[in-house]
Amino acid sequence: MKDFALWAGLGSAAGGLLAALIVPFLLGNRALQRSFGFGFAMLMSLAFLLTGIQGLGQAPVQISLPGPIPLFPWQFLLDPLASFFLAVLGLVGFAASLHGLGYFRSLPARQALRVLIPYPLFLGSMALVLLAANAYTFLVAWELMALSSSFLILVDPHLVHARKAVQQYLLIAHVGALCLIAAFFLLSRGSGTLDLNFTSLAHTAFSPGLANIVFLLSLIGFGAKLGILPLHIWLPEAHPAAPAPVSALMSAAMLPIALYGLLRMDWQILHLQGSWWGPLCLALGLLGAAFAVLFSAVQNDMKRLLAYSSMENMGLILVGIGLAEIFSQQGMNTLAALALTAALFQVLNHALFKGLLFLGSGSVLHATGTVQLSQLGGLNRSMPQTAFLVFIGVLAMAGLPPLNGFASEWLLLQAFLLAPGMATGLLQVVLPLAAAVVVLVLAIAGLAVVKLYGIGFLGLARATTAHAEASLWERLAMGFFAVGCVLFGLFPGLAVDAIAPITHQLLPGKLLAQPGIELLTPISPSRASYSPGVFFLGITVAILITFLLVWWRFGRPWRRAPVWACGFAGPTTPRMQDSASGFSQPLLRIFTSILRPSDQQDGSFQVTVREPFWDFLYVPLISMMYSVAARVLRLQHGRITLYLMYAFLTLVFLLVLVLWGFHL
Amino acid sequence: MNGVAWLGQFLQILLALGLAPLFMGWLQTLRAILQNRRPAGLLQPYRDIGRLFHKESIVPESASWLFRFSPYVRFGSKVMAAAMIPTLMMGLPLANAADVIALVGLLALARVFQVLAAMDTGTAFAQLGARREVLVSALAEPALLSALFIVSLLARSTSLNEIALRAQTQIFSIHPSMVFAGVAFFMVLLVENARIPVDNPATHLELTMIHEAMTLEYSGRHLALLQWATQLKLYLFFTIGIVLFFPWGISPPTLQVGSLLLACLALVGKLAIAAPILAVVETLLAKRRLFRVPEFAVSAFLFGVIGLLSHFMLGA
Repeated sequence: MKDFALWAGLGSAAGGLLAALIVPFLLGNRALQRSFGFGFAMLMSLAFLLTGIQGLGQAPVQISLPGPIPLFPWQFLLDPLASFFLAVLGLVGFAASLHGLGYFRSLPARQALRVLIPYPLFLGSMALVLLAANAYTFLVAWELMALSSSFLILVDPHLVHARKAVQQYLLIAHVGALCLIAAFFLLSRGSGTLDLNFTSLAHTAFSPGLANIVFLLSLIGFGAKLGILPLHIWLPEAHPAAPAPVSALMSAAMLPIALYGLLRMDWQILHLQGSWWGPLCLALGLLGAAFAVLFSAVQNDMKRLLAYSSMENMGLILVGIGLAEIFSQQGMNTLAALALTAALFQVLNHALFKGLLFLGSGSVLHATGTVQLSQLGGLNRSMPQTAFLVFIGVLAMAGLPPLNGFASEWLLLQAFLLAPGMATGLLQVVLPLAAAVVVLVLAIAGLAVVKLYGIGFLGLARATTAHAEASLWERLAMGFFAVGCVLFGLFPGLAVDAIAPITHQLLPGKLLAQPGIELLTPISPSRASYSPGVFFLGITVAILITFLLVWWRFGRPWRRAPVWACGFAGPTTPRMQDSASGFSQPLLRIFTSILRPSDQQDGSFQVTVREPFWDFLYVPLISMMYSVAARVLRLQHGRITLYLMYAFLTLVFLLVLVLWGFHL
Repeated sequence: MNGVAWLGQFLQILLALGLAPLFMGWLQTLRAILQNRRPAGLLQPYRDIGRLFHKESIVPESASWLFRFSPYVRFGSKVMAAAMIPTLMMGLPLANAADVIALVGLLALARVFQVLAAMDTGTAFAQLGARREVLVSALAEPALLSALFIVSLLARSTSLNEIALRAQTQIFSIHPSMVFAGVAFFMVLLVENARIPVDNPATHLELTMIHEAMTLEYSGRHLALLQWATQLKLYLFFTIGIVLFFPWGISPPTLQVGSLLLACLALVGKLAIAAPILAVVETLLAKRRLFRVPEFAVSAFLFGVIGLLSHFMLGA
């Protein structure tokens, strides 16, 4: 029963489509609807997780089902590459659905259906994208994923900006989908068959010219989902507009699926033919990460901050993939495996901590009614458990040892440090600069997340405060992610071992060997090693002994008193604290030419930063489209004779084409 | 061997804890002499810490557990760092738990806790210090990492132990990239330890405070721990510098009283010589305007990047 896992994954994905159909008939009982919808989604995610774990350990299996058109059967494949992303999807889906049980508890019945119908569809279609084994199946699932997620962004009918966000999202998603269709079309031309099965495509040799074009198309197509510049504009709009569990799913599971697509297309099908692909991916990743981290640090909306940070993380992962491509081109397969492992580990870690933080922002929204940092504060007293769980996510996202975010960053930096032996030509300049940019991005990402926690959760409550702790479901879901952050932080070998089959699949030769799950030693212990468990134990023991000694010798009870504040006599008020804009003001000052802040408003220091690509690229593009459309309008006169003439001319044109011997 | 190694580990930590205030006292004495003041004595930091430990701790009404927990994290992480840096002996048990990147991560961990604890109080001064600190350190951390990268590239290892070992056997201080690394490292040392020209450790003037602003609300044993941790941090930066650039005299991983004593003497001697450099720099330079501080940190970063570039391009 080798294909049992594949059937199980497939069955639960199809179950998602089924659940979407059943839920509307459970009318009347909201609680029943909700528990059925999210309970089922949790079961689905669990099945994905188990399928993924099983698939990582076994040889690829494939099944084929008859489709509606004889030429295009539904084909599904479970190999290590898909399995890893499926497992990540399962992890995120499970916790997000658990959170959804609590998060959507106060939703009116009509709105509840707006979540419960597309939600399982979204989850199922993401799994189908990962399991798809041919272009036809892939594209159908890809489209289903984009559409179902856009319905989820629109859950709250009163959010006007959500509608605008969805328009942008769908537009960019379809530009991307068109590029993917074009890429598969070219592959079909290149291989001379209509059978676009991924495995058989991988055995076909494509000419370098075609491969280059397909690579560029795939980069645009998947980059649109990934948020590479300048196709990212939907990302900071759509994530905040969606309900928190959906934001978590989109950020932690849907964005990485685009990475899966890139790996599948460029690594497996095209075999990394072009020597410039790696540097291009590296450059795009660096640019995106640097841009996103700056914009993330100056946001005042918690969810927008997290959305930009997701974009930054995707950029860093793309840097890892680009680095792996460069190494692979040079024949350094061990180093390529190291960089790829770092990138994929970062996918997992990002899923865990970003999922946690998005869910946390949802709980904050529920408890206070806002995610504007400038109105929050003091949440660690009004909702201490949520605040503590978010704190773990913050430490992980800031890339602090011994949590998981640090482990993958460590691997990525190690990959850079092993580079100089093989760098030649321009790479000698590019690689050290890239390493420098990466460390700068990581440091500013720490600033952004400290701002999120310091302004939002600490200090005194500014405008609103939470009246109650988040519901048990929400806390359980966040706890699930938090445990993951700690677990993969202390035992990074678990993830490295899980990723090993993928590097085996994509790269030839004997690759990374891990001595144990508690230790990271990429090449050899004398070269570099990191054992987070010993590290954590060391700090804990040091803190404990310090505490006990101090308590034993000088342990007088401490006393609470009003803040001293350098002897300020009056009462301290929340308005004396830094505002969210104020906190990032020094950074704004340094990067003012990039961030272009608007003026402060009415007495309180609040800076808004506009998306430059929207103003300088999309707005001119849109106005150009309008003017072109106005010109085209001249063709339309409403006279039937004219239209008949257009049809006739088109026919003549096509006939001429056919006469010249042009056919598909 | 194992027990011996742990004994060495323990000795190294105790030495750091004991020497750090003395080093600070020596530095303050030198500064006082250079500035025509009467020094308070070498032992003044010990007296300060002792006095603070006996005082009552007061916690602001608005502060949470983070405020009280953070001094222990800062102190504990400095102790851990002291265990990792091979100041006395090489091949110690905790030396391979983490490399230079993890060491920077450890310092970042302590800093994040300190910044968050400052923001926890909800006072204007503390948050002012917090936001300055996160910005300056966001620029200094890449500089520190790139300086450390240069050294690890030369030593072909990121483990501090290996770096010290290689540096002892093959002198790589004359490589051009090493010069850049040294400059970047010294500038980061000034930034991270809140020394002049970046911050003035002896002032409480609100316009210029960075580090001190964050500890304003602390008192009693919490403040004592914080001050001790600050002294440890300065000591640790100097010992990192010694390991990277002047590692001679560190004892091999066997417990011989002779070589240990020699290592001890070498360390004390090197620290005693290093302190006047810092004291002179601090006396000659003026405190920079706050807006200029990021430029200082960025130029440290640029030195690091140039060093990295020269290593990649020259291979040296």
